[in-house]
Amino acid sequence: MADVTFTVDGKKLTAPAGTLLIEACRKAGIEIPAFCYYPGLSLQAACRMCVVRQEKVPKLQTACTTPVAEGQVFITDSPEIAQARKATLQLLLGNHPLDCPVCDAGGECELQDMTFKYGAGESLYAEAKQHREEQQWSPVVYFDRPRCILCYRCVRMCGEGMDVWALGIQNRGVSAVIAPNGGDHLDCEQCGMCIDVCPVGALTSGTYRYKSRPWEMNHVSTVCTHCGDGCKVTLGVRRADDGMEIVRADNRDKSGINGDFLCAKGRFGFDFVHAKDRLTRPLVRNAAGVLEPTTWEKAIRLVAQKFGEAVQAGDGQIGVIGSPRITNEENYLLQKFARTVLRTQHIDHERTADYPTFSRMLAGAEDRAASHREIAAAPAILVLGGNPTEEHPLLAWSLRTNFRLNHARLYLANTQSIRLERQARQALRIPDYDALVRFLAGEDAAMAHVAGAAEFREALLAEESLVVVAGAEYRGASLAALMRWGLCRTGVKFALLSDFANARGAADMGIYPDLLPGYLPLTGDQPLHGEYAGMPASSGLDMTAMVEAATTGVLKALYVVGSDPVSALGVAEGALRRSFVVVEDCFLTATAAQADVVLPAASLYEKTGTVTSCYGDIQMVRKAADVAGVKPDFEIVVRLAGAMGVDVRKLVPFGQSTGVRADMGQSRGAQAGEADRHAVWLTANGLEPRLSPFDPLATLDEVERLVPSYRLDRLNLFAGNETASAPGAGFVPLDSLLGRKDGVVATHPGLFRSGELGRQTETLQKLQAYQEGFHSAAAAD
Amino acid sequence: MSAEAMTLFSPELAARFDALVERYPVRRSALIPMLLYAQDEVGYLSDAVIDEVARRIGITPLDVRNVATYYSMLRFVPAGRYNIQVCTNISCMLRGGYRIFEQFQERLGIGHKGVTADGVFSLEEVECIGACCWAPAIQVNYDFHDELTEEQVDAILDEYRSRSQKAGSR
Repeated sequence: MADVTFTVDGKKLTAPAGTLLIEACRKAGIEIPAFCYYPGLSLQAACRMCVVRQEKVPKLQTACTTPVAEGQVFITDSPEIAQARKATLQLLLGNHPLDCPVCDAGGECELQDMTFKYGAGESLYAEAKQHREEQQWSPVVYFDRPRCILCYRCVRMCGEGMDVWALGIQNRGVSAVIAPNGGDHLDCEQCGMCIDVCPVGALTSGTYRYKSRPWEMNHVSTVCTHCGDGCKVTLGVRRADDGMEIVRADNRDKSGINGDFLCAKGRFGFDFVHAKDRLTRPLVRNAAGVLEPTTWEKAIRLVAQKFGEAVQAGDGQIGVIGSPRITNEENYLLQKFARTVLRTQHIDHERTADYPTFSRMLAGAEDRAASHREIAAAPAILVLGGNPTEEHPLLAWSLRTNFRLNHARLYLANTQSIRLERQARQALRIPDYDALVRFLAGEDAAMAHVAGAAEFREALLAEESLVVVAGAEYRGASLAALMRWGLCRTGVKFALLSDFANARGAADMGIYPDLLPGYLPLTGDQPLHGEYAGMPASSGLDMTAMVEAATTGVLKALYVVGSDPVSALGVAEGALRRSFVVVEDCFLTATAAQADVVLPAASLYEKTGTVTSCYGDIQMVRKAADVAGVKPDFEIVVRLAGAMGVDVRKLVPFGQSTGVRADMGQSRGAQAGEADRHAVWLTANGLEPRLSPFDPLATLDEVERLVPSYRLDRLNLFAGNETASAPGAGFVPLDSLLGRKDGVVATHPGLFRSGELGRQTETLQKLQAYQEGFHSAAAAD
Repeated sequence: MSAEAMTLFSPELAARFDALVERYPVRRSALIPMLLYAQDEVGYLSDAVIDEVARRIGITPLDVRNVATYYSMLRFVPAGRYNIQVCTNISCMLRGGYRIFEQFQERLGIGHKGVTADGVFSLEEVECIGACCWAPAIQVNYDFHDELTEEQVDAILDEYRSRSQKAGSR
């Protein structure tokens, strides 16, 4: 809309016509207090804190409901307005208990701040305060009624933002009260958004209440470890007996692709860090066959010795399983360690989406991969398969918000009914996913009996730009067919959903038996092939085959990092006896229980590095918690390499190069006088070498140098924002992926389920049981 | 059995509701009239009534409660067969509304919002019922009795009691 000019406190401001005065003022640095106003939600005008004086208008106006227009004159700060706001505060404090010293919100309470600012310290009201006992609405939501100032933020957030509508307002006037949908309890998604938006301490979190004061914590901004959406999360950490403990999680700085959103897993799912069963000492199987605690030195020495013996026996003696939960740097280092030090091509991870095909289809196509921000702002989105509400809560949130605020057109095609249908322009129930692609491509007979299919296709084809979000149902040939259809049309972008925090990163980093980082084939003449000179060039075994080979003793050793193939594949107890199994994990998983050596690993909340969301957004994770005894997988791999007598510099490019800084053309032969390419690259990019072999960012430099899709916007990345990877930038020969087995097994995480990590998170277990209680009760009726 | 067949309401009221929800641009506009009619037929808004009204409109029971709890003439516990509402707002107050209210309390042995043991009468002190010109006034269900004197109270109670007996013997 056209810009208009208006005056606020004597300053000329310009904003698009129709902007709310409160927003226009905030952008210009003029603070207007408000309790009920919340950006993105409907207007309430309940709290009367944002009153301002508008010229030629007899009464004070609420800035949150006044759209600006040309020539208006406002005053936002005068004795009259201060008095009005003070009176509002006095009314609010009429019933609000002054229990700030024991209130969770004390120190970060908007009512407290406003009272401080406007000085409503004394009350003229003689009426007795209405006291009500605190209520527990769910394992994580508590309600303290007298503290509530009836701003309705929680009601609107739950209804409009989450589309759950579990909170309401009952009675009226002084007896009005926020009410949960179950009468005295909440039956909802337990996302905790109501707690997050509460300006006071009326709604408090079951995991944080009475644990800490806001100013006692340090706040570390990192990325959630649960699903593949890549939400930023701010962890409040505090010193504990054995390191740093996490006391709460939120996204208080509203940074990142998720803004203020977090789901139950992000907000409450961090207690696995301090779980009772957390491994904190290395375990080695002793002569009696029992896992026995030992020191890191002994464990590392033993593993290095056994791996060394296996390497001596020849190439391909060791199987390596990476993880969709560890950082990009760790996965990259792991595969480099496997290929160049352990000299094996047997490396794989738990695959939850077919990124090789996705990447191959995008190769050479510029700007066809949709980042999360693009999805959140797209005018039209086609979601195929999956159930974002349960499996990708942020995606569902962004789609709802995009629909609500921008009237985005959402098209769904699914074999089942999903919650997002309420926001969809059209939801098509389809018999199978391949048929849909054939139908879109023009084969009418493929969906002849599906009601509404013709209109669905017509509407899609009429869209000028479209983001296609495909679930894990699309893989191999069907994913290729879908993308071929879209790539023929202009303005179509793609995203492929996967299940774990770094599933995309593990795939990008080449944790495949047949693909190198950047989905390069094992042989070729790319820079990477030169660096990994001499690695085994034939395709290795995939995860299933590796575990099988380990049970028969064909593989001398199995190195499992952050993964639990024994549970995933249903391997019998004691089956891995015949090979030397090393497991790095946070918990004694079923695989770890069979291992010869178990190394306690740091979780994603205890390390630094980068992860890539399933939309290809690369983000920094930062060390927040600290648990004594554990080490990051990165450090463990480096130490193993060191103990094996390998030149660690070849694995992690740290320190000032001692090799030739540049090849001036005088040298001859394959490797003779070869320049240190990393040092050359660093110099060319104006970067300093990293100083520590344990610095994962040294490997990040190498990833950026060798993986074409990881061109990092460092300014954004290190500032805590996301930077999009560019899958189209890489060169991937088409034939390298033809006829390849995708090996995808979708895990379908739920709102409270998140694999082994979810099982070890007490709060999520509690929430799962709590919500299942309702559903089984409903089923019994 | 279909949802319609499982209704709590009489066939006439169910049919009326079916028409009512279609009458407005948005279905939930029918909520308040539906609650009133349902209360007239069932006597109060039971959980089952709230659930069915919510289902008929396509909103959650919580939504229905949010609205219903706002209005004082909607009730969630049964009232007597004859609900006596005594106005004590200014006109009625000046012309003896409180005396009338006290007299009803004495005669019935119940207070504000009380119900007699036999379930015939319930008593409420209410805000203005729009009969100021004929104050003091009371409303018994939908019938008005105005320009009341204390002598008339017994006659009114007797009349409804006999009506109740007739209806009860039927």
